[in-house]
Amino acid sequence: MKKDWPLWEVFVRSKNGLEHRHFGSLHAADAEMALENARDVYTRRNEGVSIWVVESKYITASNPADNGELFEPAKDKVYRHPTFYHLPDEVKHM
Amino acid sequence: MEKEHLYQYIVGIADNNLVLGQRLGELCGHGPSLETDIALTNIALDLFGQTRSYYQYAAQLSAQHQTEDDVAFLRKEREYRNVLLVEQPNTHFGHVIARQFLFDVFHYLFLEQLLHSKDDTLAAIAAKAIKEVSYHKRFSSDWVKRLGDGTEESHQKMQEGISNLWRYTNELFEMTAYENEAVKAGIGIALSELKQNYYKEVNHILEEATLSVPESPYFQKGGKEGIHTEHMGYLLADLQYMQRTYPNMNW
Repeated sequence: MKKDWPLWEVFVRSKNGLEHRHFGSLHAADAEMALENARDVYTRRNEGVSIWVVESKYITASNPADNGELFEPAKDKVYRHPTFYHLPDEVKHM
Repeated sequence: MEKEHLYQYIVGIADNNLVLGQRLGELCGHGPSLETDIALTNIALDLFGQTRSYYQYAAQLSAQHQTEDDVAFLRKEREYRNVLLVEQPNTHFGHVIARQFLFDVFHYLFLEQLLHSKDDTLAAIAAKAIKEVSYHKRFSSDWVKRLGDGTEESHQKMQEGISNLWRYTNELFEMTAYENEAVKAGIGIALSELKQNYYKEVNHILEEATLSVPESPYFQKGGKEGIHTEHMGYLLADLQYMQRTYPNMNW
């Protein structure tokens, strides 16, 4: 049975106000079953308030072979992090 | 209502959950796919959770200072009063889904009424359980439709499950003496009043699933009076093994 079912990626929002995060994947025959399966596989310990599922084939992934040109140029550019500002003491919660 | 009789009434309700949960638990690690395996054992855990609430309440009412474990594990076969439907073996997935579906539709209608019980504890258990059972019903009806309206083989197996288990549906609405007493006290549910809606809903989903409604010339009953099918003894042997072998064992 399972070999005929496509793979789905599951995204769960753990609390209102937070974003959906990738939780894992599963097999299901269609979207409705994917949602029910996701509910059973990934939210049975009270992990979520909302679920998204998307068939894995619709996800375009970057190629690990391209990691050099995609990600390495950013490594030596620490100034792109806003860490060089002096924060006045009055500013809290930053 | 007398305490002892209320005890019997509650145990009668709870036994359905215990025995069905045990049947589903047998599938742990044996489901047709990882996802359905987890779904079925989730349902089993929901049912056990509900059973515990009922048995804890029953144990409080018992004259013999019983614990929930005594009630669950140390009775004899004739003292379990679950309907015959829930003790039927797993056989194949079509049977598992048919049994679940035929029970879930009943279970939901039952809890809807139990919400209004004059017994506050039972009403509170129903309020918690009905959300779980609402999902169980959704899960099993979806599968009835998927398999019924699926391939030729899945259709045939789903029909087989429904046809073989149909004869046990009428017992869901049989009333025992304790149940009649509980109805009079405003605590219990008049099951016969659920019957029409039950068959209406079941037939509607079977139709959607392109399955035929069996025409059973006779129905089986007895579980609610403690007279079970031959499967029950084996089920209890598994269920009771630990408590019988290591009396009073605890986690």
